[in-house]
Amino acid sequence: MTHRSVLLLLCSCAWGLFDTRLATAQVAVQGELVYTMAGEPIRNGVVVVVDGKIAAVGPVGTVSVPAGLRRLSAHVVTPGLIDAHSTLGLSGLLNYEHDQEQLERSAPIQPALRALDAYNAQDRLIAWVRGFGVTTIHTGHAPGELISGQTMIVKTVGNTVDEALLVPKRAIACSLGAAARKSGAQSPGTRGKMMSMLRAELIRAQEYQAKLARGVEQTEKPEGGEPPPRDLNLEALAQVLRGELVLLVTADRATDIANALRLAEEFNIRIWLDSAAESYLLIDQIKAAGVPVILHPTMARAVEDTENLSFETAARLVAAGIPVALQSGYEAYVPKSRVVLFEAARAAAEGLAFDQALATITIDAARILGIDQRVGSLEVGKDGDLALYDGDPFEYTSHCVGVVVNGQIVSQEIR
Amino acid sequence: MKLILLPAVAARPAWLARRAPLAILLGLVALTAPAVAVEKVFVHARIIPIAQGEIADGMLIVEGTRIVSVGPFAPDAIPAGAEVIDVRGKVLMPGLICTHSHIGGIGAADGSAPIQPGVNVRDGLNIRDSGFRRALAGGLTTLNIMPGSGHLISGQTVYVKLRFAPDPPRTIDDLLIRDDRGAPLGGLKMANGTNSIRSAPWPGTRGKSMYLVREQFIKAREYQAKVAQAAGDAAKLPPRDLHLETLVEAMQGTRIVHHHTHRHDDIMSVLRLADEFQLRVVLHHVSEAWRVASEIARANVPCSIILIDSPGGKLEAEQMRFDTGRVLEQAGVRVAFHTDDWITDSRVFNRMAALGVRGGMSREAALRALTLSGAEILDLQRCIGSLEPGKDADFVVLSGDPLSVYTHVLETWVEGQKVFDRNRPEDRLYAVGGFGASHDQNPYFCCCEQGAESQ
Repeated sequence: MTHRSVLLLLCSCAWGLFDTRLATAQVAVQGELVYTMAGEPIRNGVVVVVDGKIAAVGPVGTVSVPAGLRRLSAHVVTPGLIDAHSTLGLSGLLNYEHDQEQLERSAPIQPALRALDAYNAQDRLIAWVRGFGVTTIHTGHAPGELISGQTMIVKTVGNTVDEALLVPKRAIACSLGAAARKSGAQSPGTRGKMMSMLRAELIRAQEYQAKLARGVEQTEKPEGGEPPPRDLNLEALAQVLRGELVLLVTADRATDIANALRLAEEFNIRIWLDSAAESYLLIDQIKAAGVPVILHPTMARAVEDTENLSFETAARLVAAGIPVALQSGYEAYVPKSRVVLFEAARAAAEGLAFDQALATITIDAARILGIDQRVGSLEVGKDGDLALYDGDPFEYTSHCVGVVVNGQIVSQEIR
Repeated sequence: MKLILLPAVAARPAWLARRAPLAILLGLVALTAPAVAVEKVFVHARIIPIAQGEIADGMLIVEGTRIVSVGPFAPDAIPAGAEVIDVRGKVLMPGLICTHSHIGGIGAADGSAPIQPGVNVRDGLNIRDSGFRRALAGGLTTLNIMPGSGHLISGQTVYVKLRFAPDPPRTIDDLLIRDDRGAPLGGLKMANGTNSIRSAPWPGTRGKSMYLVREQFIKAREYQAKVAQAAGDAAKLPPRDLHLETLVEAMQGTRIVHHHTHRHDDIMSVLRLADEFQLRVVLHHVSEAWRVASEIARANVPCSIILIDSPGGKLEAEQMRFDTGRVLEQAGVRVAFHTDDWITDSRVFNRMAALGVRGGMSREAALRALTLSGAEILDLQRCIGSLEPGKDADFVVLSGDPLSVYTHVLETWVEGQKVFDRNRPEDRLYAVGGFGASHDQNPYFCCCEQGAESQ
């Protein structure tokens, strides 16, 4: 089979971390209803996964299923779900001091902190959400400091972060508003100070980048010139300035959302609006800026900066044509993690069409996160990540009955 | 152990007693209703009465504050002059009962001591808190509002009816459920496990926690004996002690103990305490009830449970599971659900039953756990919890099946009055949220430093 050889070749290049598992990553998943998220759902469809990648998708009978594949079936099959923003793996299940790695409080601006250094791939919450069909999470440092650190994208598998990694560095987490405010003589104590500090830091990063560029140029000349000493924080922000990383701005109040949009314009940087409780007040501005929204969990608590959140925001943003993904968010207490499946379900119950609600935790999330070449839909060549349900996935009485990641069956528990 | 909750000897609440003679007179006139009450007849809904099987094409007749009849649609039985309300295609079930809520700005015991039974949560409640409106939007009609779980004994709870119509309540007193002496009904909130473990005067261990609690109940027993010996002679009565008085009520069975407890060994500690002091106790949360379900069943103690989206958040809840309801149901334990609002949102309380079914509970037990089992746990089952003639006309009109995520609460009725209507913009705001929907409300997050900071 030629396409299989090509896939194998592709896999061995791009998928080196899973080499040892390729031999077993073969499965055919049949569903009475297969939501590919690439076109209409397929009735009585089958998804063939070979060597960890999707090799074929189509109605049963039109797709050849190689002999020897493991077979799974379920009422409903969807792509593995994507949680567009969480702190899983950093904010541990037990919630005591030594399993909480999501927020470093020693300074308000620490963009150098890498998510992969803080990720516990074996925290039980990861398996917990995976059991409901979540296969990819964008996770990392939490909201709560002006700039708390970096984020990354992982699959919900692996004993180590290396086995889980999809994108080791994706965004820099930034918080505006109450979450970033300090008390007493500490800064930032006000919104004005927050923006002033952010702008000053980005300007420093611009200068650092300029010096770096000059330094590199000058060293090529005989008289020479030293590049500036390495500064990990400014390096990370310089990556934001160059568009290599996105600034993930947690901003709930309309004031903070407007501030984030202004900052993006001034520095010509890419931002994602995160949480964005009052985004429905600024739909035109957000749309004009071309900024996606990684919306708070639908059932998030309405308190302080999020006090005006609405169950209907996802529906309103999607109706306006704004790219929207849903997230489980960060929880300081109970539940220690939400489940995006349940949050999308609530959005579907409050005005968002079923397919659109499913898109907020699959293909639309993948597009926003920039990983849609790999995950988010059931299409040939994409990763073999699937979730199986015994009924409408959004009904709380349905169960997730199987989860496949990279072609591996990682759960067949009835959840 | 004698821990039977069912109130064979409990005092009948006054609001029932007042109406009882009227009920005997065929229940045609309710005391609080106008002299000539016009019946309201809800026709063609699918009715889930809880007390009996579901009725596909049902009819509910309400007069004044009470239910007159529940049954299949019968046009001949519609009283002349009644207001007929067609609710075809909708579902009608009893108002939901939350056996454990923290809405309204709770504040009972303070940080000065771990045992403060004389303090009452009622004194801190703010009737204008939007939490009440959101509870109505979720179809809740009766709540047990409790102080937090950061103390061994954090104070007295209050049972309230969300009587938000015809006039909005002016003070919390308008919502209270009272006994036949006019005293507000409520329980006593207790907790064990990790929440109250701090530095002195708080307990540092579970052993010390139990010691401190037993010491107080023993004092209360001595106090009770002195009062009895005085036999009404004022000269011989001990000085009044509000804390001990409350504990005496708990030992007499007139005040149910609502006990926060998670871990299996903490659950067993509660059963031991209840046995020693003859407390009528309800086990709340019980993350690890699945480990000691048969012991709970043997003690004949009911559970008020909560299903959270994920385990953990605190050490004692790390073994929380979705199938706790199933395990308890199969063991024969009475189970009700609670919101623990702010922990979960009252607006989506029906979701708790759906998750219970997901975890293997029967549909029947799960729906009962939102309604009649809750009433029984609060000792209010004579008046609320099911749609039966003579009970309070507390019910919800749903757009679909109560276990479906797509179902909305369309209307909530309390004592024959419509207190929530999703079609009214001011009500809809509280149902879905939006600008101005959450003012005047403080979340309660016990024992969580980060949560406390954000208040």
